[in-house]
Amino acid sequence: MANVMQPLTSRSKVVSDKKMTLMERIYLPAIIGGLFITIKHFFRFKRPTIQYPEVQRARSDIYRGQHVLKRDDQGRERCTACGLCAVACPAEAIIMVSAERKKGEEHLYREEKYASVYEINMLRCIFCGDCEDACPKEAIFLTDRIVQSDYLRTPFIFGKDELVEPMEKSQRIDVSKRQTPAVIKFKEQRQYAHNR
Amino acid sequence: MLATAIFLLVLFVVTLTIAAYETYGERKVAAFLQDRIGPNRAGPFGILQPLADGGKMFMKEDFVPATANKKLFFLGPAIAMTTALLTGVVIPWGGTVTLFGTTLNLQGADPEIGILYVFAMVSIGVYGIMLGGWASNNKFALLGAIRAASQMVSYELAMGLSIVALVMTTGTLSMSGIVEHQIAHGWNILAQPLGFLLFLICAFAETNRAPFDMPECETELVGGYHTEFSSMKLGFYLFAEYVNMFISSAVVATLYFGGYHIPGIAGLGWDPTLVAFLGVAAMFAKTFFFIFFFMWVRWSIPRFRFDQLMNLGWKALIPMAILNILLTGGWLAFKNGM
Repeated sequence: MANVMQPLTSRSKVVSDKKMTLMERIYLPAIIGGLFITIKHFFRFKRPTIQYPEVQRARSDIYRGQHVLKRDDQGRERCTACGLCAVACPAEAIIMVSAERKKGEEHLYREEKYASVYEINMLRCIFCGDCEDACPKEAIFLTDRIVQSDYLRTPFIFGKDELVEPMEKSQRIDVSKRQTPAVIKFKEQRQYAHNR
Repeated sequence: MLATAIFLLVLFVVTLTIAAYETYGERKVAAFLQDRIGPNRAGPFGILQPLADGGKMFMKEDFVPATANKKLFFLGPAIAMTTALLTGVVIPWGGTVTLFGTTLNLQGADPEIGILYVFAMVSIGVYGIMLGGWASNNKFALLGAIRAASQMVSYELAMGLSIVALVMTTGTLSMSGIVEHQIAHGWNILAQPLGFLLFLICAFAETNRAPFDMPECETELVGGYHTEFSSMKLGFYLFAEYVNMFISSAVVATLYFGGYHIPGIAGLGWDPTLVAFLGVAAMFAKTFFFIFFFMWVRWSIPRFRFDQLMNLGWKALIPMAILNILLTGGWLAFKNGM
């Protein structure tokens, strides 16, 4: 009973330490066999390499990449520096400083309070999307953009200049794939703690 | 005299260029054998990669360990490189060409003992590795150097014995003499198949190539004898290995595959200069094939354990080489009518 163990795969092999036959001890047939295996790969011109910066593997529509801080239709920043994203962040990657909107800045910030500093440390971020879930103002979203690599650590702390989307309508970042009607509807359900 | 000097200069430059492009070739072959693409960013298809690598080597800090023997530490890579480059002189790269009224023999020097000269240079090359490993004052480097020395000595025996049988059939030690004998009597691979096999295996061991790359054996000895070397000193060691590989391939092609001989070309009655240049092309084609073979084997076969290496050398290759000598002697005696 103990010896009748089911093999886990169809490719499992029984290993034995029996004495090698003469053919095996000559070793050359095995070497020639190995050489044939490798040369077959040499002439197999289909290679799985993707030449990254030029060619990119297709990503999901709802890929969670570099964040964007959205503006509303009139170009005002939606973020009110409530800090819920920073609280929700499991990696503690988000830091913000809030400020009060002055007179004459109504075209820049939607509400009386806004984030004068908003930084995400992209090296700490785990791209889980919890900030997006936590945001009550539909201000922060993850996008399908990839955070570029760099030689130093400092450039990975993204400030508002990199996070806030441009004012021009044509250069806005499209997040409709992540902000589907189902998501919006879900966010309206106030019985969940993170939607309050 | 001037023609020979120019030829040697050309040979020097060609050897270095080929060694540089062997590094590129090695990476490409390795990549292709492993379903990868290999270097392709520096220039079209990455052909400028050797230049980039060389530039990198020069830019690196040239570090000498405080406890190292300074003089020997410098001497090691120098000897390795010099002896590697010296070997190419006696190889006949082609026949005789007449250019601009000068007759030039496409062989740097043709001593009567050409093969022995090659062996001598290879043996001195061990000193480069040994001195480098010893002077580093580092355990791994010393182990690598010891391995290199014992491996070279062991395999040089089998290599020499396999050559003895070859010399018995051709009746000369001169490299050009051996090629001429092959032109007259057919390639030596047909007369000496076992000898060729032994010589090839020993050539792998002598050039410290996988599966016999014990001296550098990165999984056990960090970098082996060149653990402590950096910058262009390391570059010289690596480069010397590639030069050695090129020369070994050329020697195999010369000794067993007719050198610059193309079978059946003499019967076509072509212009002798054209034939000579085609011969050079043939010689390089054969050499490149063996360089490719070296790389092919390296990326196919796992490394031997050191005791297995010694067992193979002393208990298999040397007895087989002696057997080969006996068989060759018997065959010669039979052919010459006892």
